[in-house]
Amino acid sequence: MTLVFTALVIWALGWAFNARLANGPHADTRAVRLAVPVIFGLTILVMWELIVRGMEVPGVILPPPSAIGATFMGNLPILWGDFTQTILKGGLSGFAIGACAAMLVAILVDKVAFLKRGLLPVGNFMAALPVVGIAPIFVMWFGFGWHSKAAVVVAMVFFPLLVNIVAGLQDTSAMQRDLMRTYGAGYWHTLFKLRLPSALPFIFNGLKIAITLSLVGAIVAEFFGSPTQGLGFRISASVGQLALDMVWSAILVAALAGSVLYGVLVIVEKGLTFWHPSQRQQ
Amino acid sequence: MMRNLVPVLTVIAAIFAIWYIACVPMNVREVLTQVEREGAVIVPPQAAERRDAGTWGLVFNNISHLGPSWSMERAKLPSPHQVATEIWDSTVTEEIYGRRGIMRSGTLSNRSLVYHGSVTLNATLLGFIIGTGAGILLAIGIVHSRTMDMSVMPWAIVSQTIPIIALAPMIIVVLYSIGLDRFLPEGLAGMIPKAVISAYLSFFPVLVGMVKGLRSPDAMQMDQMRTYNASKGAVLTKLRLPASVPYLFASLKVGIAASLVGAIVGELPVQRGGLGARMLAGTYYGQTAQIWAALIVAAALAAVLVFLVGRIERRTLRVMGVQT
Repeated sequence: MTLVFTALVIWALGWAFNARLANGPHADTRAVRLAVPVIFGLTILVMWELIVRGMEVPGVILPPPSAIGATFMGNLPILWGDFTQTILKGGLSGFAIGACAAMLVAILVDKVAFLKRGLLPVGNFMAALPVVGIAPIFVMWFGFGWHSKAAVVVAMVFFPLLVNIVAGLQDTSAMQRDLMRTYGAGYWHTLFKLRLPSALPFIFNGLKIAITLSLVGAIVAEFFGSPTQGLGFRISASVGQLALDMVWSAILVAALAGSVLYGVLVIVEKGLTFWHPSQRQQ
Repeated sequence: MMRNLVPVLTVIAAIFAIWYIACVPMNVREVLTQVEREGAVIVPPQAAERRDAGTWGLVFNNISHLGPSWSMERAKLPSPHQVATEIWDSTVTEEIYGRRGIMRSGTLSNRSLVYHGSVTLNATLLGFIIGTGAGILLAIGIVHSRTMDMSVMPWAIVSQTIPIIALAPMIIVVLYSIGLDRFLPEGLAGMIPKAVISAYLSFFPVLVGMVKGLRSPDAMQMDQMRTYNASKGAVLTKLRLPASVPYLFASLKVGIAASLVGAIVGELPVQRGGLGARMLAGTYYGQTAQIWAALIVAAALAAVLVFLVGRIERRTLRVMGVQT
């Protein structure tokens, strides 16, 4: 009981400290902006640990963070294998193929007005569907290996990317296009020098949606069949053994991979679209 | 709208044409095995040779034997009309003529897609309502408390970049092992674990959209509320909430689709009905038409839900006098 009580005290202290920081004079500095969420996260972790220990919650319902951390550190080689299988092989290769395919089709759709009017409504419709349901079919077609996962990811990321890229390619004003014409630029010149660069914010918007979808697709597809490796396999197999600390470790890997990949995209976007108003320093 | 009709129909027709054509190479091996058993002469006569032969070679060498490509039972790729038949059989026929259908027994048959679809739909809607409600409440808290904003908001944004759905099997199993059915009626106890995942997936889009929406009134409007000496509650109900409605609907459309995906994935670990359970059962028994039928019903369900939200959005915005 004392542990639970300590947890509540720590929660109150952390919150009070955060409140002081957030309403204090330095609230807008970078350090405070970073410190407040970190303190909040740490308080949650400490509370989780203390309450699980204090209430003696069984490990098959909720393991404490320390146990998860120990399992994570103790099984690094296994988790690394799962990471390469699911994220690098299944997720990222599918993401790359889907992105290239969407790019090519988007340029084609943009050039042919008939396709734009026909394919775009269908693409918008498809982007809202639970495409992940295609997973059992692809697993049946392409086998249990990473190829089927990559195929699911391609199907999932294609339409959201297509819709975003086509929207981006239309984001130039008549004045800008006229200027290109006065320079004597042809279609391809205008495409590469004007329209693709100005489509970049839209493209990155689509890529950011797609990278999360690609992890979801790669993991969920493994629930329908996989080799004895991969994050989705690890999660479903460990749930079956009630080894929840291992499940949480696999989720931790997925979460880390997701945030790192997203972070990489944000950095690349900052480098490439530094000219766009949304990237300017306030 | 009418201008787009011809191109859209062309694209849809093209999709069906590709689907029908793809049935030939996808099913060619099974088709050839079957017609050989019926006595036809196939070009590489040995099954072992056929295993090593290329798909297209098999197709062109045996072009006269490919009739059953579109009517194979357990085809690798069932043809569109087979899927349509499967949907019809497992909805209308099953319910009206089936022994366990609603006409004979008074309850929905557990072999029909109407039943499985309704199981998924209930979990989706319950989860969507919980997730949306929680998202709106937390957004109101975040807009009013700077501490909450700075502590919670970065985590909400980070959590959108991680595949939350990975939690689904664990949430399901843990909630079942806690034993909800001891103190809840059975239908609800089976629904809650899936609804939790649905709620979780729709929660974050709504939260992020609502925070943006509640902050959308500009300084001039806020100042005007101050000149009226409006309380915080009045500012919330009279200015912030109405201003957030367009943002809310934009995230509701994302949220309802995410809820449906959550419910379907949530049905995978525990085989107690629902479209996800139906898909997994289809993979176990090689019933491809059944998988496709469940998939198409799920897609139709998503389309209807998103359409309904869009409809309510247009109505609401028109009543509120927002320019659309």
